[in-house]
Amino acid sequence: MVEQTFWDEMTGGGADVRTVYGRVNEWLKSTPPDVLAARRTQAELLFRRIGITFAVYGEKDAAERLIPFDIIPRVIGQSEWSLMEKGLIQRVKAINAFLCDIYGAREILRAGLIPPDLVFGNPHFRPEMAGKRAPHDVWVHIAGIDMVRTGEDEFYVLEDNARTPSGVSYMLENREVMMRLLPDLFSNHRIAPVENYTDLLLNCLRSVAPPRSAGEPVVALLTPGPYNSAYYEHSFLADRLGVELVEGHDLSVRDGVVYMRTTQGPRRVDVLYRRIDDDFIDPLAFRPDSVLGVPGLLDAYAAGNVTLANAIGTGIADDKALYTYMPEIVKFYLGEEAILKNVPTWRCREADALKYVREHIGELVIKEVNGSGGYGMLVGPHASKAEIAEFEKKLVAQPDNYIAQPTLSLSTCPAFVENGVAPRHVDLRPFVLTGAEGSRVVPGGLTRVAMRAGSLVVNSSQGGGTKDTWVIEDA
Amino acid sequence: MRIQIHHEIVQTFDPAAKGLIESLRLAPRSHEGQHVIDWRIDVEANCRLRRTEDAFGNFTDMFSLQGPVETLRIVAEGVIETFDCAGVVRNSIERFPSELFLRDTDLTVPDAALRALGATIKSDDKIERLHGLLLVVREAMQDNEDGESAASGLTAAQALASGKGGARDLAHVFVASARAMGAPARFVSGHYFDDGKAGAQCHSWAEAYVEKVGWIGFDPVHCICPHESHVRIACGLDWLDAGPVRAASPGAIAQTMAVIVRQSGFLHAASAQLQGQQ
Repeated sequence: MVEQTFWDEMTGGGADVRTVYGRVNEWLKSTPPDVLAARRTQAELLFRRIGITFAVYGEKDAAERLIPFDIIPRVIGQSEWSLMEKGLIQRVKAINAFLCDIYGAREILRAGLIPPDLVFGNPHFRPEMAGKRAPHDVWVHIAGIDMVRTGEDEFYVLEDNARTPSGVSYMLENREVMMRLLPDLFSNHRIAPVENYTDLLLNCLRSVAPPRSAGEPVVALLTPGPYNSAYYEHSFLADRLGVELVEGHDLSVRDGVVYMRTTQGPRRVDVLYRRIDDDFIDPLAFRPDSVLGVPGLLDAYAAGNVTLANAIGTGIADDKALYTYMPEIVKFYLGEEAILKNVPTWRCREADALKYVREHIGELVIKEVNGSGGYGMLVGPHASKAEIAEFEKKLVAQPDNYIAQPTLSLSTCPAFVENGVAPRHVDLRPFVLTGAEGSRVVPGGLTRVAMRAGSLVVNSSQGGGTKDTWVIEDA
Repeated sequence: MRIQIHHEIVQTFDPAAKGLIESLRLAPRSHEGQHVIDWRIDVEANCRLRRTEDAFGNFTDMFSLQGPVETLRIVAEGVIETFDCAGVVRNSIERFPSELFLRDTDLTVPDAALRALGATIKSDDKIERLHGLLLVVREAMQDNEDGESAASGLTAAQALASGKGGARDLAHVFVASARAMGAPARFVSGHYFDDGKAGAQCHSWAEAYVEKVGWIGFDPVHCICPHESHVRIACGLDWLDAGPVRAASPGAIAQTMAVIVRQSGFLHAASAQLQGQQ
């Protein structure tokens, strides 16, 4: 195995500090560790007071936990960001075109670019959506694209989240807490704002409202309820957007129109920002045992009386097996080369690839095709022999279900941990909003940091933390 | 054969439903071997039926009601002319390539037993293999007469393990094991007309896709390919896609819905006359 060296975003691997980090470095040098520790305690207090928590599935005692927050900001220069932004918008454009096609004419299958069974056999492909058009041809209104960096100009897309990406509340809260904690550091940087995210989101949701609704479109946020791990975010966003937070039983469908129960009687809903999974969203069309959804919602959608953001069936685009075809997908629909690179991936469904993966199982990261949140994956270099043997059995039994990627040398950022400031691995989830008038990306996004030394798993459900992400003007 | 069908569904709610929303798949479409001469659906309540076509090309009628609803009667009736096509379904509405019908659903996930069903059949010919499967499924499953009306949500694997089931369960078992054999297969709901016995009954069977021939019906209950006694209403990946009624009563907790299905069917007068002349 090749010895891994990690590119550090502050030092760039050399002795000098990169210009974008100049002032942060000065601040770190001039601030004694006990002050940093005090700031961290204050940050924790603030988060507790705000009540920003999340639930970890599979843990008994901690129904709600505080996500670890690191007070050292991650800094990205404007020129780096511009390139990334262009790439993100391109990618989301391609994803939307792909969804229009796959639920429409299916040209890409006719062109032979993607094996049809990867689409038709995919659990996230919704036959119910075939032949339906999304308003303004926007299927993915909110996308969270997970990116990693491995060098000065090397950005990779780790995965596309096109279903109901979460984490944006942390991006907003982190910024607020940072501004309160470190006003001095803020005043000597020119940091692109993220506070307007909710305004952009609301505009985006309103822009895709059904055309015949008169007056201001009514938007509501549909949540599965307080037991969902992201419930805090749902209530936070509804509050910031100034829209109602509703559960399935607050809504009803009559004659193909969605109504919301209010104190003034039923009120028509035009756009639903839904955070319920496809399976549960409509017991008349999908799982009949769902008590979370709204019966008849798919029919109302098909009738063009309500817009769902994101549309049903978008999971096919963030499937890890289809991910490997993204460069071809971008080229097919847009006629351009993909700006953002894909991580080289072995599709275990292919015999040669499976052979390679089994031979190199100790070096690779193997993921379930439909998994998320860091569950059901194997990080070869960090796994024990027994874990590897166990996983290999599963892999051989169902090779179609897995893909493998090299362990990327994820970049590191300085983080304030137990024994001072040390580099920790980070990734980035920027949020791309797409409405009738095109796509917008709020500068920055959610930086997730693996708080354990050497760990590459940044998922908050696996003990990762977050950081504020600054996009600053190049010096 | 000209068949007149009267299909009546009576739903009783306890406690009364405050509101009701249902999607009905009760209307047949014409294809080779089946001509819909006359058909209507009647819901005995003050509501509007909205007809749409679902992703599989089935007619879907949606309605919603404001309660309280204690009893609701839904009637589908009409006249259909059928011809024996040896089970082959041609000129039906197809919205998907056959490959789609290889996918598993919650109700048709194959377990070891379902896979084993198909594995015992030794033949190279695809049609022969499917006929073989028909026999194997029939032998493995006892027909349970009122299985069709029971609202059981048994999966194919559970049904096979129990060794008995209604037409729906047999069709699920056939579909799941055919898919495990690599044959695209789908679930079909409709009516079976038995002149000597019960008139017409709600029925379910399966269809499997064979290259160069197309979709062929397989009826595991009668162990035959559907002929002129079968009236095809809807198809889909499983019962949930093709079943006659899906209902939800928003906000209802611990509500029971009793369903009575009454059916009658007889040879239409015109057809009887025709036979008399021969």
